[in-house]
Parts: sequence; C-alpha cells; structure tokens
Amino acid sequence: MSEVHKNFMELSFASRSENESFARVAVASFISQLDPTMEELTDIKTVVSEAVTNAVIHGYEEKTDGVITIRTWIEGQKVSIEISDQGLGITNVEEARQPLYTSKPELERSGMGFTIMENFMDEVAVDSREGQGTTIRLVKHLKTHQQTLQH
Amino acid sequence: MGLYVDVARRRNVLIVRLSGELDHHTATQVRHRLEDELSKGIDTNLVLNLENLTFMDSSGLGVVLGRYRQISQLGGRMAVCSVQPSIHRLFEMSGLFKVFSFFEDEERAIRACGVAS
Ligand SMILES: Nc1ncnc2c1ncn2[C@@H]1O[C@H](COP(=O)(O)OP(=O)(O)OP(=O)(O)O)[C@@H](O)[C@H]1O
Ligand SMILES: [Mg+2]
Repeated sequence: MSEVHKNFMELSFASRSENESFARVAVASFISQLDPTMEELTDIKTVVSEAVTNAVIHGYEEKTDGVITIRTWIEGQKVSIEISDQGLGITNVEEARQPLYTSKPELERSGMGFTIMENFMDEVAVDSREGQGTTIRLVKHLKTHQQTLQH
Repeated sequence: MGLYVDVARRRNVLIVRLSGELDHHTATQVRHRLEDELSKGIDTNLVLNLENLTFMDSSGLGVVLGRYRQISQLGGRMAVCSVQPSIHRLFEMSGLFKVFSFFEDEERAIRACGVAS
C-alpha cells in the first residue's frame, strides 16, 4: 500500500478586487497535481471566486487594506479549502446562506454566492463572528481516474 | 486575464460580445460600459453574446440581471446567446434561465428582438 498523497499551501493577499482572479488561478494550479477534470477545475475556480469576492465586498466593504487568507489541503483525492477574512462578519449565517439573499441589492448582487458554493462542493461550513471576521471551509472529493474512465 | 467588451449595433439592437472572465472586478467595467451605451438612447433591445466568455461567477449573474431590468424599463427585450455549458449551469441554478431568453447564436437572438436580417 502506498501512502496517501498529501500537500498543503497557504496564501495571503490584499482585499483588492483584482486579486479575485489571481486567487482562483492560484488554487486551481495547486489542485492541478490531482489531474482534475475541466469541470472540477471550473467548480473550484468558481467557489474560490465567490468566497474571495464576498470577503472583498461584504467582509471589508471594498476597503483595500484588509487581508484575505486561503489555505488549501490535499489528501488523496480530497481537496479542502479555507478562505478567511478579518472583516465585519455575518450577523445571521442561516439567512445569509438562503438562495437569493443579499444584504447589498444596490450593488447588483444576485445573492447566489453561497448557493453556488453548496452546489459545486461536497461540504460548505461557515464560521463567522460579528466584528471579527469570517472563515468559509469547503471540501470536494475529486473523482479518481478510474471513476472518470468508467463514466 | 481581463475582460473585453465589443459593441455593435443593428437598428435598435445593441449587440454586446463579452470575452474573457466576468467576475466582480470586471463586472463593474461591463456595467459602466453598457450604461454608457444605453444612455445614448439609440437602442431599446440588447443582445448579449457570451460565446467567448471563459469564466463567470455570481457577479456576472448580477450584472446581467441588472441590464435586464434596465432594458425592461425601456420597454425593450434582452436576449442572451451562445452560452458555454459551465456558465449555463449558473443561469440554471439561479432560476434566471426562465427569466431571460436564450439562443444558440447571435442571429437568432437578434431576430428574437424583432429585427429581420
Ligand atoms: N465574508 C463575508 N463577510 C461578511 N458578510 C458576508 C461574507 N460572505 C457573505 N456575507 C453575507 O452573506 C450574504 C450572502 O452571500 P452570497 O455570496 O450568497 O450573496 P451576495 O454576495 O450578496 O450576492 P452574489 O454572491 O450573488 O453576488 C451577503 O449578502 C452578505 O451579507
Ligand atoms: Mg457573494
């Protein structure tokens, strides 16, 4: 029996909107060692984009001096991603996770960020404290190659 | 990776072709550009061609929905065309698939806005 493949990365950057694309590309390229399908890569890019955008818009209200941290673990075919900010936090997580709920309709938000994360990932956990910040934990089990070949 | 906005006109239809990645950062640019074009008062209808859009997230849904509201207020129609499967999934998930009209190609979308070729 060979040991399970494990790897880890951590990345911190300023809460600037131009870092949204940097963040999703960085996580996607780290994940590519697992040889994911195109669809899995797109799913991961999209959810990272959602969580980072939320930190920028809601956590820091577009102030650019905040810090966003992403940690990514790989264990076998399991990918775990944690996105945290030290921003405003979420008062009512239950309500925030409802499809179409947004606290900022005036900014043309659709309220779909959490719904997209839930659809694309196997697990979504939200840990938030008012005035202290938010951490989103996402888990996805990638298909192994054998599974891909069977389909 | 940025976003490119290409604009054309046919009669009273504004044709907007987006290529690249549509996220929160680039959505602002799309919104301003389209608000500018629509404020010229030439167009009442809008065709959004997403053929070369390689990435979109909820910010894209927001900006598309915003333009739909704007066009509806002008009494016009909006048609979206050539949407890639990965982006199509987002429209389906949000229920917007039932709200906008989707077409396979630009010509059909333009015709749906009432302009004969
Ligand atoms: N990092 C965060 N810090 C503070 N509040 C947050 C954070 N993430 C989400 N929220 C709150 O949760 C709500 C729902 O988030 P969600 O991503 O589902 O929708 P949205 O960001 O408002 O719209 P969309 O993602 O469709 O553009 C937000 O409107 C905001 O009030
Ligand atoms: Mg969001």
